[in-house]
Amino acid sequence: MQQAINALLIGISNGFIYSLMALALVLVWRSTRVINFAQAGQAILSTYIAFEIVTRTDNFILAFIGGVIAGALVGAVVEILLMRTLFKHVSDGPVAALAPVIASLGLLGLIRSIIGMVWGNDQKPFFPPVSTNGFTFGETTVPFSRMNLLIVLGAATVMIIFTLIFQKSNLGLALRAAAFQPEIARLAGVRVGEIRTIGWIFAGAAGAVAGILISPNDAITPYSLDSLLIFGFVAAVIGGLESLTGAVVGGLTLGIGLSFILTYIGTSLIFPATFVVLALVLLIRPQGLFGSKAARNA
Amino acid sequence: MNGLTVKDLVVDHGAITALNGISFTVEPGQLAAIIGSNGAGKTTLLRTLSGLKQASGGSAQWLGENILGKKPENLVRHGISHVSEGKSVIPELTVAENLALGGIWRKDKKDVAAVTNEVLELFPRLGERLSQRADTLSGGERQMLAIGRALISRPKLILLDEPSLGLAPLVIEQIFQTIDQLRHKLGLTIVLVEQNAMSALRIADIGIIINLGKIVATGTATELINDPALHAAYLGY
Repeated sequence: MQQAINALLIGISNGFIYSLMALALVLVWRSTRVINFAQAGQAILSTYIAFEIVTRTDNFILAFIGGVIAGALVGAVVEILLMRTLFKHVSDGPVAALAPVIASLGLLGLIRSIIGMVWGNDQKPFFPPVSTNGFTFGETTVPFSRMNLLIVLGAATVMIIFTLIFQKSNLGLALRAAAFQPEIARLAGVRVGEIRTIGWIFAGAAGAVAGILISPNDAITPYSLDSLLIFGFVAAVIGGLESLTGAVVGGLTLGIGLSFILTYIGTSLIFPATFVVLALVLLIRPQGLFGSKAARNA
Repeated sequence: MNGLTVKDLVVDHGAITALNGISFTVEPGQLAAIIGSNGAGKTTLLRTLSGLKQASGGSAQWLGENILGKKPENLVRHGISHVSEGKSVIPELTVAENLALGGIWRKDKKDVAAVTNEVLELFPRLGERLSQRADTLSGGERQMLAIGRALISRPKLILLDEPSLGLAPLVIEQIFQTIDQLRHKLGLTIVLVEQNAMSALRIADIGIIINLGKIVATGTATELINDPALHAAYLGY
């Protein structure tokens, strides 16, 4: 029983991180129909910037804010400089769908190389702002630590802010309208081009939060968020790729599921299990848990 | 000053010429019915006027200002609203959100609230369904929502694409009545594209019949309705 609760708690903590990464991927997919592999690069770059700030100032909150702002800016730069140019020049044919994905893969490599040149490719210790030792209740110590609590609270806060923006503000309405029906949104007066950039900015920020929250458990390298990209992508697909709620539920499902497998079976099954979960969900509900059935022609 | 003036408009669909030199004028406050069969170029005409499609030649002016090559999100700010084909609402959003979308760019939030109330008085059924998703509405209600959303931007010119598409005859009658009332009440200029020729001409001031990208007949609605040759060829009975 104790073991099951532990698995659940760690699963929730990891799940929130996966959810953030899934949110980032879904936001970009919804706004520009691109699967952004560079999201892992954007997130690790933001994490390195946070690492740099925390090393210099010893202030995690400042580092967090700085890293998230950097993530948002990188998102904007990638959309404006790379994606807009691509969309302008390849607007037709099979290449149009593929070019941005390939470009995002290339960008992932580019960002890693830049990080390697600036910070080196060796492991850098990202010291946690709070204890990573589990909470102790009487005699028993659980694996769930203050850092895990910070992850859950931080991720939940970001999700609440996103929910408020998306459901309650005009900006959120414009973002949703542009995602569902860009043409009708334009006819209603939404500047869809600008809204797309804002989607990338939010995605960049969400990815940065994921990277900065997960890294203090471990050392960072230019590659250390690559597996997070896979978990985030699987979580996003489980959730239907279109739905923000789906991304969160998908992330939590995956996080908790993998945590139980880790606790009761072992580490070696984590990756295979991830894809088994993905395959099962897609077999039972091909549109994902929160996707709509209707094929969309966007 | 002229309302909508279209001159020698040419629009291509890839290698195919969809509109081949179209010219017509709609005076402010008039309702022009654009009639023609499937593939005649009616929808292309509206999409070009609202900025969704690029023209290859010719000109189009609204109140003396060029509107070709402008983006739809800018034209709506100049009083041109396009209600596109097939109930132009966003199914995933609620009725209230679809209406709010119509006023999203407007700074005068007081007037947005006022015009939203007017729309809800005009279409009380929408008021009863504000928190429902638009895809739960009937076809007629969706068309009302699409027109209502367009009205919230306080347009002067409405481009209306086949409002009768897929609706039951009784509902079509209602929609046309509403359009007729609206334009008199609000002094709107309307370009109405329809396959349902007689219903459209009955509320129109002028009619423009298009076939294969060219205008084959224009005239007052009454003239067109009473022209036996046109009846046989284009008006269907």
